[in-house]
Parts: sequence; structure tokens; C-alpha cells
Amino acid sequence: MKPIAQLIMTAAVAVSASALAPAAIAQEAPDVLVKRVSNDVINAVKSDKDIQGGNRQKIIDLVNSKILPYVDAQKMTAQAAGRYWRQASPEQQKQLSEEFRTLLVYTYSGALSQIKNETVEFKPFRADPADTDVEVRSQVNLTRGEPITLNYRLSKGAQGWKIYDLNVLGAWLVQTYQSTFSSEIGKTGIDGLIKKLRERNQQLASKPLAAPQK
Amino acid sequence: MTFRNASGSSRTRGLAIAVGAALLLSGCATTNPQDPLEKFNRATFSFNDAVDRTVLKPAATVYKKATPSFVQTGVNNFFGNLSDLWSSANNFAQFKGQDGFSDLTRFAVNSTFGLAGVLDIATPAGLRKHNEDLGQTLGFWGVPSGPYVMLPLLGPSTLRDTAALPGDWWGDPWTHVNDVSWRNSGVALRAVDQRATVLEASNLLEDAALDRYEFIRDGYLQRRESRVLDTDRAQERAEKVHDRIEKVQEKLGVKKPVSPDDGAEAPADAAQDAASPPNNPPVPAPASPAPATK
Repeated sequence: MKPIAQLIMTAAVAVSASALAPAAIAQEAPDVLVKRVSNDVINAVKSDKDIQGGNRQKIIDLVNSKILPYVDAQKMTAQAAGRYWRQASPEQQKQLSEEFRTLLVYTYSGALSQIKNETVEFKPFRADPADTDVEVRSQVNLTRGEPITLNYRLSKGAQGWKIYDLNVLGAWLVQTYQSTFSSEIGKTGIDGLIKKLRERNQQLASKPLAAPQK
Repeated sequence: MTFRNASGSSRTRGLAIAVGAALLLSGCATTNPQDPLEKFNRATFSFNDAVDRTVLKPAATVYKKATPSFVQTGVNNFFGNLSDLWSSANNFAQFKGQDGFSDLTRFAVNSTFGLAGVLDIATPAGLRKHNEDLGQTLGFWGVPSGPYVMLPLLGPSTLRDTAALPGDWWGDPWTHVNDVSWRNSGVALRAVDQRATVLEASNLLEDAALDRYEFIRDGYLQRRESRVLDTDRAQERAEKVHDRIEKVQEKLGVKKPVSPDDGAEAPADAAQDAASPPNNPPVPAPASPAPATK
């Protein structure tokens, strides 16, 4: 009796272990994920003369393919919109997060084309394996001047870890947009904010990137 | 008479409440609690913006394009070196002895071997710059930042940091240059150089911000607070303490180095290994081509 029970237990453990294994591989640790994405992007920019020269489409493609899969745009937008998010219809939520994401892509691509000799240094990461919300901290070392703080907030969802907030020089992106969002919504409603974001995005789409630095 | 008076006062009180409520409501809708001076600040902001667009930004753009980059680096280093001295004093005033010595050494090394600060040889040597000013020192000692203030020409600040400005000016060695024309040209050059270093950033900001005034305010206030509190370093310190506690716990045997989960898994794995050879030898072979090619 006892050996049979042991065998069943062993089989159960083996099955559950094999079922869990692929999930564990897919669940890349948050700090590992940010490091990998960050290195990928920096290497891509440094090895591509078109991107350094300000080829907007190429940069946007890079952002779309390498960064966006790891960004939770909806959570980002929900937090920036704060209490107004729940008042918005699902359609408004969808449009708002799309327009906000596009704006961030444009802004981010502008920043990426400026990468030259900077190096990114990651700070020690500490989190409990049970955590579902973590902060990964890094700094960008410049050739001169003080290093630039660059921290990320990630949360764990069904599709693994995703970035939902970014801290540059001590200021969180979502928090910085919060009062703009609330004052725009206060003035012209959620549709007004969507419209304003859309206009800005159209304006940015037609505007050439800043001339490359020498 | 007394009756009329009483009714009058109650009416005015009612009116006052109504006005107060209206103010409060409009306050909730529009103003930020950290920015009670928004009206004045916005006016100053548009003035600064006009000056920037007509004078400072064009000058910085020309400077950036026309001067060789080693000249720009030299100018930046020169004024940066002067600021290290005051920064060092502020580090000491906040009991940050290590940073204070580091900045003082930077100043000593760069002023001599770095040819009066034109070369920054301390940074590659591992001495990083820590910008600290009197406002941060006051913050360290518990002085609250007070409301947000947009200063003419000088840009975003807070009431506390504005009050600390005369001290920072005194602490800036360049303001002690006796020759007025030298001093003023230096101040202008420094302004143009600093504007030039943030040209790209300010272009990005124009793209990113729906309302530039709000965006700069909210970003600035967060950044300033994180600098005063040294958020990053506070976290690092907390983690070091945490590490040390864990080590002590391990030594004392409070926390077992091997968790009970590991203990349970190990025999199960062994059992699985022992059981697997007769059952599934053909499975791993096609799944992993690596052994086949070897």
C-alpha cells in the first residue's frame, strides 16, 4: 500500500512539475526583462546609422517591436486618468490608451535617437517571488554631469511582467500626466482629452525628428 | 437695529460660505494644492518662455552649432567645477561626509590637474558629481518646500529654495569675481551653455506635454523632492540593512538556509529520476537535438 501511494504522489509531482516548467520559463524575472529589453534597444540604436540620423519610421518600428510588447499601456493610462478612468466607457478607455500610448511612442523615439555613449547601470534588485508589483532601478551614466535616474515600475499579469510607469530624473511619468489629464477632462471631458491627444499625435507624425546631433 | 444687524451678519456669513464653497470647488477643479500662486506663476512662465524663445534658445542653438564640442565641454566643466565647492559644503551640512569629501576632492583635482576645471578628470577616476544646494540642505533639516514659485528668468523653484538663493549665490565662486564685465559675461555664458545642454530635452518636452506649465511643475516638484530626500540612496541604505539582518538571522539559525519546500522537492526529484528511465527514454531524444549532434 505504502509504495503505491508513494508512486502516485511521485507521478503527481512529476506531472505538476512538467506542467509548471514552461510557465516558469515564460515568466522572466522583472529585472532580467528590463535589462534584456534595455540592452536590446541600446544595441539596436548604436548599431543603426539610420536611427542615429533620425529616421523616424525606423525608430518607431524599433519601439513597437522591442518595447511595446512589455508595456501595459492600459494600466498606465488608467493611472494617469485616475478617478476619471472608471467614468469612461470601454470605447473611451480604448481610445484614450491608444492615443496616450502613441504620444509616448513619439516622445520615446525622440529620446532614443539621442543615445550615443551613454551606459546603463542597473542597481541591485530585491523582490519577494510572491510580489506582483516591483520597481527596477537603473541609472544612465553620461560622459559628463550627474547620472540620470531611470526607474521602472512593473506589474505581473496574465502575460507576465509589464512596465506601467517610468521614473526619469526623480519624476514619475504617470504622476506628471495626472494633473494635465484631470484638468483637460475637467474642461472638455474625456472626449476632449482624447481629441487633444489625437491632435498632438497628428502634429507629431508630420513633424520631422530633431536634427541629429553632431 | 440689533435684529437687522444680526440678519445682515448672517446674510454676509451665508454669502461668505457660498463664495468660499465656490472657491473651494473651483479650487478642486483647477488648482494644485502645491501651486496656490498659479496665476502669478503662469504669467511669469509665459514671460520666461518669451525670453527663451527670442533670446536664450536661439543663442544656445547657435552656440551648440558654432562652437567645437570640446569648447562646450570645457565651459561646462569649468562652471561645474566651481559649483562642486559649494556642493561639498552642503553635503557636509547634511552629514553626507563621503559625498562631501568626494566633491571636495573633485574640486581639488580638477582645479589643479584639470587646468582650472576645464578638464573633468575626476569623473573618469570614479568621483561622481553630487549637486547639492542650500535649498536641499534646508530640506534635509526639515524646512518644508512651501508653494511652487516660478521665478522670472531663473525658472521653477519653491518658496524655500527661493529663500535659499542668496546663499547659493554667495556660495557660487563666480559671483565673487570683482571685474563686473567679466562676471556678467561669465553668467551669460553659463546660462547659454546650460540651455544648450538641455536643447533636445526641451524639444522632447514640447512634444510630450499637453500643457507645458503643468508638466514642468509636476515634474519639477517630484524631482526636487526626490533630490531633497535622496530617495534612491535611501532605498539602497534600507536594502543594505535588510541584507545585514538576513545574514545575522542565518548565523543565529533563526532562518534556516534550506527552506522546507526544497527539502520536500529533493526526494521527489530523486524518485522521479529513478522512475523515469524505464518509462520514457524515447521522449527526451527527439525533443532535444543537442545530444544527437554531439
